[in-house]
Amino acid sequence: MLGRTLREVSAALKQGQITPIELCQKCLSLIKKTKFLNAYITVSEEVALKQAEESEKRYKKGHSLGDLDGIPIAVKDNFSTSGIETTCASNMLKGYVPPYNATVVQRLLDQGAVLMGKTNLDEFAMGSGSTDGAFGPVKNPWSYSKQYREKRKQKPHGEKEDSNWLITGGSSGGSAAAVSAFTCFAALGSDTGGSTRNPAAHCGIVGFKPSYGLVSRHGLIPLVNSMDVPGILTRCVDDAAIVLGMLAGHDPKDSTTIQDPGKPFMLSSLTDVSKLCIGIPKEYLVPELSSEVRSFWSKAANLFESEGAKVIEVSLPHTSHSIVCYHVLCTSEVASNMARFDGLEYGHRCDIDVSTEAMYAATRREGFNDVVRGRILAGNFFLLKENYANYFAKAQKVRRLIANDFVNVFNSGVDVLLTPTTLSEAVPYPEFIKEDNRTRSAQDDIFTQAVNMAGLPAVSVPVALSNQGLPVGLQFIGRAFCDQQLLTVAKWFEKQVQFPVIQLQELMDDCSSVFEIEKLASVSLQQ
Amino acid sequence: MWARAVWLGRRSWMGWRRGFTSKGDPQVKTGAGRAGGEAAQETERVPPMTPSPASSAQGSGRVTAEVIEHLERLALVDFGSQEAVARLEKAIAFADRLRAVDTDGVEPMESVLEDRCLYLRSDNVVEGNCVEELLQNAHRVVEEYFVAPPGNISLSKQDEQKPFSHTD
Repeated sequence: MLGRTLREVSAALKQGQITPIELCQKCLSLIKKTKFLNAYITVSEEVALKQAEESEKRYKKGHSLGDLDGIPIAVKDNFSTSGIETTCASNMLKGYVPPYNATVVQRLLDQGAVLMGKTNLDEFAMGSGSTDGAFGPVKNPWSYSKQYREKRKQKPHGEKEDSNWLITGGSSGGSAAAVSAFTCFAALGSDTGGSTRNPAAHCGIVGFKPSYGLVSRHGLIPLVNSMDVPGILTRCVDDAAIVLGMLAGHDPKDSTTIQDPGKPFMLSSLTDVSKLCIGIPKEYLVPELSSEVRSFWSKAANLFESEGAKVIEVSLPHTSHSIVCYHVLCTSEVASNMARFDGLEYGHRCDIDVSTEAMYAATRREGFNDVVRGRILAGNFFLLKENYANYFAKAQKVRRLIANDFVNVFNSGVDVLLTPTTLSEAVPYPEFIKEDNRTRSAQDDIFTQAVNMAGLPAVSVPVALSNQGLPVGLQFIGRAFCDQQLLTVAKWFEKQVQFPVIQLQELMDDCSSVFEIEKLASVSLQQ
Repeated sequence: MWARAVWLGRRSWMGWRRGFTSKGDPQVKTGAGRAGGEAAQETERVPPMTPSPASSAQGSGRVTAEVIEHLERLALVDFGSQEAVARLEKAIAFADRLRAVDTDGVEPMESVLEDRCLYLRSDNVVEGNCVEELLQNAHRVVEEYFVAPPGNISLSKQDEQKPFSHTD
């Protein structure tokens, strides 16, 4: 039952094959079994069971609220949840209990969804590995999959298997791992530079970033206001569309949500792609791209072509400047956004009581990790009076050039762009942490952040397994507010490639002893 | 038409605010207890320009001790180590690549929704009376007040703790 998609399990609930309480309990038990993945920071067991009970009552009365009623979901721990601790994986917000729900959380709950818990991330969503949070790194479920383990056995080297677990990507790695390991049917992530699509690609699931302005950010603790969007992680494209349908639309509490009348996001099954024009941006063929991902990318392009779509090479000439531009805009907005954390009104507060400023400074030293402090300092540097024009305003100009690149390509008749999501498949943790956070983010966000700067919708769809038995994802980028068209194309593609299901049964059955040891080593979870 | 005028009006307001170089940085403060409530009131806020001492190491890749100290005061975050200074220098060197881009005649882009009308909700009170809820997240309160240490003392020059900088 847990391996089903959201749509399938929703049908099972409606037909009475399983009740919301049973489903919730199954998920809770799997969350406990997979605790070593460190996917969740907080498991909201009591709340979840209560919500499941209410859902069950509704089903019994025949008054179900719709497709999401009784469906277990998870939410990244940078969305405010009323009465449930919201930490952003930072010491700064440990113990912070928001008095209100983020709009997206409220909308899911209003539809009857059952909130299983809050998922792990890089501190304040700054990172691309889900390795830099105050609650420890998230482990990729594929590290324990039959597919990956069988490939590893063939290799002669005798490294310890357990220390070589793979990263999930990030920063929404907890949400990706939670969905990938079947502990929930959909999860919310956030996407500022690729934080939903990157872990989705590494965890073999669908990661969708909606158009900027389509989904409310109210209650999402901001990283970069001009780029942040809530992301959706699911096991198939249809499920992402269902969740988007629940979330999209104007929110009076977020003035950046557009007021166009909302449409339901029901995806038709595309049978004919011959009218489609797929653009392949030539600048995305970078030397760092692994040959395997490159080959899946070109196979995907060939697939569209062989089915009659027009596939053309296009140019986004400012691509190479994009990651630098993103770096400046991101740190600058971070410097401004993070000023709110001073220990006075909420969050961590130090013991120093000499003066207000001394208290602020010590609180922030204790509350933020090196990565966050580094970005705050860099951002403040770029915003200095004599640097403002050369760095911040300059980056805003480059941003326009990058956004215009996309406009030009779409105006030339391209419907959807096809690119890789990541340079390679997920890497083992020891390898990942050899480089610092900034370098990693610059490498890992290379294909994803330009989309955020242009505000476009994009989705990562799992394509196939690499030679190592690990998932590889490809990214589709659509026109602004053509989210439905984008997902329709992604759905067609998903159907063609038939990505294999992760085989975790062995993990559940025979690895418990390994996990006991790992559990001791990892940071303990709050329940 | 009306909303369009409001949008333009807002832009000029943002422009005014960008020129306003107060260290107090009022727009980054949020309502009590609402760490995520920003989107409610504002769209993409342009981070304010910050004042700085005359010396800086622009383009040289090296940051002077004076700038480091200044940044620490502005950010209320200390570097804490020589590595942190090196990290900043790397970040600046990385950002310097932007200089290669020709942006003559290009307007800065603040928002991808710049060509859309900005929504303003009507000015009615729709929620409130949540003082207790909001105060719950503060460590120190007296009655209905947040308690701060004395506010009229600026961050002392830490003579004993020299900021990290290059020895040359």
